[in-house]
Amino acid sequence: MITDVLIIGAGGAGLTAALAAKDAGASVRVLTKEYPTRSQTCMAQGGMNAALGNVSPDSVEEHIQNTLKSAHGQADEEAVRYMCSEAPNAIQWLDEIGVCFSRTADGKIAQRKLGGASAPRACYAQDYTGLKILHTLYERCLKEDIEIHNERYLLDLLTKEDGSICGALILNIRSGELEHHFAKSVVLASGGYSRIYDKYSTNSTASTGDGIAAAARIGAKLLGMEFVQFHPTGLKNSSILISESARGEGGYLLNSKGERFINELAPRDEVSRAINEQILAGEEVYLDIRHLGEEFIDENLPQERKLALLYEKVDPVKDLIPIKAVAHYTMGGIEVDNKSQTSVSGLFACGECANHKVHGANRLGGNSLLEIIVFGREAGKSAAHYTFCDDKSKNERTCKKETNFLDKLKSFSNEIDFYEKRSYVGELFYKKVGIIRKESALLQARKEIQLLKEQLPLMGVKDTGKVYNTNLVEFIEFRNMLDVCEAVVSAALERKESCGAHFVQEEQ
Amino acid sequence: MKVSIKRASGFVMYEVDLNDATLLEVLNSIKTEQDSSLAYSSGCRSSVCGSCSMRVNEKEVLACAYKVQDGDVIEPLKNVTVIRDLVVNMDKALETNKRAKTWLQSYNKEAKLTHEDEKTNALQSDCILCGSCYSACPVYSVNEAFLGPFALTGVWKYVSDKREAEPKEKIDTVQTNGVWDCTLCNECTLVCPQGISSKADIEKLRMKSTMAGYSDPSFAQNFGGGLSF
Repeated sequence: MITDVLIIGAGGAGLTAALAAKDAGASVRVLTKEYPTRSQTCMAQGGMNAALGNVSPDSVEEHIQNTLKSAHGQADEEAVRYMCSEAPNAIQWLDEIGVCFSRTADGKIAQRKLGGASAPRACYAQDYTGLKILHTLYERCLKEDIEIHNERYLLDLLTKEDGSICGALILNIRSGELEHHFAKSVVLASGGYSRIYDKYSTNSTASTGDGIAAAARIGAKLLGMEFVQFHPTGLKNSSILISESARGEGGYLLNSKGERFINELAPRDEVSRAINEQILAGEEVYLDIRHLGEEFIDENLPQERKLALLYEKVDPVKDLIPIKAVAHYTMGGIEVDNKSQTSVSGLFACGECANHKVHGANRLGGNSLLEIIVFGREAGKSAAHYTFCDDKSKNERTCKKETNFLDKLKSFSNEIDFYEKRSYVGELFYKKVGIIRKESALLQARKEIQLLKEQLPLMGVKDTGKVYNTNLVEFIEFRNMLDVCEAVVSAALERKESCGAHFVQEEQ
Repeated sequence: MKVSIKRASGFVMYEVDLNDATLLEVLNSIKTEQDSSLAYSSGCRSSVCGSCSMRVNEKEVLACAYKVQDGDVIEPLKNVTVIRDLVVNMDKALETNKRAKTWLQSYNKEAKLTHEDEKTNALQSDCILCGSCYSACPVYSVNEAFLGPFALTGVWKYVSDKREAEPKEKIDTVQTNGVWDCTLCNECTLVCPQGISSKADIEKLRMKSTMAGYSDPSFAQNFGGGLSF
């Protein structure tokens, strides 16, 4: 059976797309390399933007202007207008399906101020906003009887002779068998690529850019890959995220001398650079929320206290939290239009793997959860519409025979340990393609990535088992990460001037 | 530091040179430096995705939140099929959500949640579906069809929510293999990494059930024939 809409990825964007496509009357199948509740969306803490004005006056126009300003001229105004105008509806929908948002004393959805926003605009559910939205979407999918296959890993997208999409080649991680999932349209909702920075990333280990690499292999255009957002407050040792809401609620950034050195609520690129400068000058940098008080912290930032205790052994109620800026969100991705259509016919994309041109060179806190709902829905609707209306979806010609990476892999010699190289790439990228970039460093990074790509056949997997071979999955992820690294460093080299998260320093 | 990990071949001892490390850090070090065939699941590293739940010294923990002690014995979750090493198949466990209908059935437009209302199920909505409670639950050894702790907590989340217009339907759904099958042993509560007590939620669901006219079937059965001497 051919599915109308095949969705790859079951985070907030994928599940929203699935609900929208099903609602439009399409048959839907969702594939995820994990389980639907384990995606990166569950890690979003701070909130979801919508100009509701529940706490103090706000307007959709201000939301649009704040977003455009932060994007440094790299956003599409029409897309931003659409997203911000749809935001109140998106929040209303989430409220109606049962998301447990925090409330104000008079029963409205509570809102907090995040960096770069002119008003308290982020709707939140304590500091578990993403978790609660994701689980509610998952429960909604159960209600709508959406077909979800867990632990299926995307190897390649399948196309017909005319270049249009016809499905995906999938590794069933549990059985080790290959599966062909044929579909009239495909929605990629496979997440971002921050894990190319390895231990210098707040992200789940799953954010390896698999969908982006697979889409690029079939000719989909990528856009803005150089724009990687560094989050100001990753824990110093583990890079685990301390939410922006900690600063939104009044937290300070201090150096070793106890001095504040930046407006804590400036956009993330500015704050990250200021932190990086302090660290390069030999300072330690700390987040200070002690003055907020134990009761407030336990009510509004419970997760942050737990994480700081566990990973840094400090209690934010009485101690400073040591932090550094680390890779957090990738603005770049597969280029899509306002209908989430990629440059490949029948292939749609949404969420962090896509570039809807709403974040530009720097995303505002609270806009990523908004994007996955607004454009997740758009992608689902558009994909369903394509299967019903576009002649290409009805084209009966079969898929081109794919070249299978797994077959090639059998001849790889395993002389070089890819796990070592994976950490090496993280270090390389953090230092040379990180918060501050120089042309000479970028050129060197590109050369090293190209060498590693050539050396891939000297790497490979040690575990030859078929069942649940995570050594194999991690190696294929590494292959994808190298492709993504090359795209990031090439895009960074092309952009000569500083722009948002892409900050270029003159050669000395 | 030595840890013992249950694998297909039996328990295997590994030695790692790490101090004050989480279990996930120890597993990652074994995987990338000693034995790439070791299988386990992980994701966020920050206790919120629920991927890395497993058992240490017979107690359920999140590997990313547990600090390893010398001599620890690591095993996969119980009551679920082991796929390989520490990886289990969660499909059957998650199916309980669907059978228990853990979703908002019908939105009550009139409902206006207050700050106080928000607190009635804030804790229940912190659930990360790690399955620790499911693994710790002793009922599964006698009743495989039990809806189980996290699904019943999920039901309470919606039954207690003013936005649910049809809470009675939810109560009807959890009468069979549901609220009355729990032994109230509290094992689920003791292992929940989020501090949720499914036992307490099940007790609240029992009270709602009683108010809706249901009674404990085992009680009815025991005394169903009347107290004839």
